[in-house]
Amino acid sequence: MKLQKATELALYSVLEFAAHPTTQVSAAEIAEKYGVSPHHLAKVLRELGRAGLVESTRGVGGGYRFAGNAKRLTLFDVIELFETLGPDADGHEAATPGERALASVTSEIDEIAKATFRSITVDTMLKLLAREGRPADRELAVREA
Amino acid sequence: MTATDATPAPEVGIRPVEPADLDDIIALDTAITGIGKPDYWYELLHRYGTRGRQQRFFLVAVAEGVVVGYVIGEVRDWEFGQPPCGWVFGVGVQPETRLRGVGTRLLDAICAGFRRAGVTKVRTLTSRENNPILSFFRSQGMMAAPFIPLELELG
Repeated sequence: MKLQKATELALYSVLEFAAHPTTQVSAAEIAEKYGVSPHHLAKVLRELGRAGLVESTRGVGGGYRFAGNAKRLTLFDVIELFETLGPDADGHEAATPGERALASVTSEIDEIAKATFRSITVDTMLKLLAREGRPADRELAVREA
Repeated sequence: MTATDATPAPEVGIRPVEPADLDDIIALDTAITGIGKPDYWYELLHRYGTRGRQQRFFLVAVAEGVVVGYVIGEVRDWEFGQPPCGWVFGVGVQPETRLRGVGTRLLDAICAGFRRAGVTKVRTLTSRENNPILSFFRSQGMMAAPFIPLELELG
């Protein structure tokens, strides 16, 4: 399963917001940190907002804040907002025996990937970040200071 | 804070299983899985519940005299060609007691037992459809092991 750029950006954004649940994080900070255009990020954040995962506040000191439940929200919940998942997600149905055989193998991989994304909550990812030295947290903490 | 969070959590103790716990465990497992299997549990009690075993562990979490969770595992030597490590092959927590750290305490306790037995790694295997258990183990820091489980319909 190859994730689209927008999906990866959504995951990074959710983690940034969830790591600072009481802080308004500006979209500009995230856009700069991940080297994406504010316009592209805005589209992603709108989708996250529609799903109720982030809340935005306008004006000075405004920004985005995590609005989900970190212990319940999984990576898969975010991914499925941006990706079409399923055996024929690319719109091509396996017709020949060779295609069907290959599809059965790639579908094994997809099912494992989906189970993995479903099993990892945002809270678990934040613990993983902490174990990795949490560079994202440190960077934002410096900017907040 | 949710209503569940506001409910005072009863005191929970972790200890080795005792024969008198078995009815509670069977009822707990039946409530979770929907399948009653008393013979299986009596066999597990016989194999894992005897005190004094160095490599086998069957622990229960008890609140107000009732078993609210269990964990079972053992140290296996050279299983699947791997150096000795701890294997957890059963864990369950009463649904209404979940998200209060009972599963974490059970896993911590069995891991302490594994460490005393001299191993430094713990593994488990669970259905990829069993998301609550999979999420629990992930939340404890467990990552994918270097194995791929395989099966064959014998028909």
